[in-house]
Amino acid sequence: MFLTYLLRELRRRMRQAIFVGAGLALGVGLVITVIAASTGVSDSQGAVLHSLYGVGTDVSVTQAPTSGSGRPSNFRVGGTQGKAGTTFSRDILLGGGLGTLKSSAVSTISGLKDVSASSGALSLTDLSLSGTVQAGSQQGGGGSGGGVAAAGSGSVSSSSFTVTGINPAGDALGPLSSATLTSGHGITTAEANSDVAVVDSNYATAQNLKVGSTFKVAGKTFTVVGIAQAAQSATLSDVYIPLARAQTLAGLPNEVNTIYVSAASSADISTVSKEISAALPTATVTTSSDLASEVTGSLSSASSLANSLGKWLAVAVLAAAFGIASILTISAVSRRVREFGTLKAMGWRSRRIIRQIMGEALVIGVAGGIAGVALGYGGAALVQSLAPPLTASTAAAAPGGAAGAPGAAGGGFGGGGGLARAASTASHSVSIHLSAPVTIGAVGLAVALAIFGGLIAGSLGGWRAVRLRPAAALARVE
Amino acid sequence: MYKLVEVTKDYRKGRSTVHALRGVDLVISGGDWLAIQGPTGHGKSTLLQILGALDRPTSGTVEFRGQDLASLRESQLTRVRAVSIGFIFQTFNLIPTLSAQENVEAALVPLGVPTAERSERAARALAEVSLADRARHLPSELSGGQQQRVAIARALVKKPAVLLADEPTGNLDEGTRDEIMTLLERLWQELGLTLIIVTHDSSVARRAQQIGVMKEGKLAVELKARSAVT
Repeated sequence: MFLTYLLRELRRRMRQAIFVGAGLALGVGLVITVIAASTGVSDSQGAVLHSLYGVGTDVSVTQAPTSGSGRPSNFRVGGTQGKAGTTFSRDILLGGGLGTLKSSAVSTISGLKDVSASSGALSLTDLSLSGTVQAGSQQGGGGSGGGVAAAGSGSVSSSSFTVTGINPAGDALGPLSSATLTSGHGITTAEANSDVAVVDSNYATAQNLKVGSTFKVAGKTFTVVGIAQAAQSATLSDVYIPLARAQTLAGLPNEVNTIYVSAASSADISTVSKEISAALPTATVTTSSDLASEVTGSLSSASSLANSLGKWLAVAVLAAAFGIASILTISAVSRRVREFGTLKAMGWRSRRIIRQIMGEALVIGVAGGIAGVALGYGGAALVQSLAPPLTASTAAAAPGGAAGAPGAAGGGFGGGGGLARAASTASHSVSIHLSAPVTIGAVGLAVALAIFGGLIAGSLGGWRAVRLRPAAALARVE
Repeated sequence: MYKLVEVTKDYRKGRSTVHALRGVDLVISGGDWLAIQGPTGHGKSTLLQILGALDRPTSGTVEFRGQDLASLRESQLTRVRAVSIGFIFQTFNLIPTLSAQENVEAALVPLGVPTAERSERAARALAEVSLADRARHLPSELSGGQQQRVAIARALVKKPAVLLADEPTGNLDEGTRDEIMTLLERLWQELGLTLIIVTHDSSVARRAQQIGVMKEGKLAVELKARSAVT
């Protein structure tokens, strides 16, 4: 009797049932879409952070540059004469715009209570210059020998690529941890002092490098042992070599310019940050949330949009759907007051009548929920296909991108600082394609909301139905 | 069956109070047939609702089979209606989405009758009112007289002690009215029911054993010999 009565009644007011169900479906679909978009944005933000600092890094430690720190070797054109017409060729590793820290700081940090791992890296730029000494060219400050032609004069050619020295034992942390090796292998601990390199896939393609190829870093021949693919359009360093070799070639023995730190648990990140600051008072300590707050660009805007406007819109539509469902249910019940009065006259208890009404509302809620899930999947797919690529930028210098102007002491490359400066980036940008994954949790929440909406509507309707005494209910004119 | 002592019923209407029943005394024995007549608005239906435990009196006692209905809780009144009282209404009050058979079965649902037995008893009740061939029809597919017969079957399927009818022929034409009254009379005689009918139709009232007249909330009952009534 319960099901028969329920289904017949829904069939009788099919149009109203469809209207209420559609309203609930719209609300549920919007909730799923907004959650999917929010999840996608969060995933994108995570990917951005991972691309900058790698998977597993909770804190990064850097040092602001001071005068004389991180300076590269002097760049000398030639001997004391620097005669016009002399050709030159230099391949040199330049330090980054960051200052440097002693390698011992890595051990200091590893020894802290709440730190599970730490690893140091040295971000550099390999600058190659070749050309001819011109007569009467501008001289570098304080140096002997002739000057070289200013950059762009036509007699000097240059090229550069980014190089990062990494600790082979610290694979799980650091800039390569978010990348995927597409061929070969990573730098092993056995290769810690070898002239081997892992190369970014884009750079390898541009330079026609593959596993086994050789190329020059600071004039030394290195062999490619692996090719790495960056995650999510992130930018990797062009080349990764063993840290010890990078330090030697850059003339920065026992120095690093970024330390990647993993906390024992996510709850300890703040504590770790404070411990590091106490151990290294002059260092700059950046947590992933600090970095997240620095991320700008359309990804940041999308995040704000999804979190504020999107959520409130979903809440508003859902509340409206609940309200409409309740009003229409109450209205339908009001038209059946005499019917319910008759049932009560026959001896039907109020509980049974309420159960009947709630059953009707629940069926509508479930149907609306199912339709809403389908709408939600459709909405998420639409977001994913129509959303333009989002950009995220951060002012924090990234391992692969920072390089500084060359030093200009004693016959350095006067007036040519712009060449090296061109190799430096003050900010790091990534382009992300927004995904909108629909999770089981979102579907479960949405269906629960639809059922809840149905139950609210049914409860209100049921209360309305049974509050009248049978005599009053029977006296109602329909 | 019933014993009413000084029963009153007042309703608030805005700022004023309507005295629908003003001290009604009534005794009805098992198997009696009472027709209650009177002008509209003088308390006939109110009295029927009190007798049917659909409403509570403002004061007085309403004894039904030894129980004072006025003192029972709502759930207890519901149980009394489910077991002992059958209703017939002027507008039939059939559930529009249920078939004739299902409407009759609805009266057995509160009694927890198993589905198969419910179906069988409903079919027999419909046969009693000569509507076995209309069991699957919806109320909208039945005539007024047929709908009222379904309502009678629904009221009697649970074998109540009392059948209360509020203007059972009010919406029917003359021919159908006689048909329904003949049916009710037959069932009253066969089943030994206590039958109480509220009607403004004298031809209906005259069929009863006793005729009560409601006037301004007071009841005066006259016992008529059957031969004198007809």
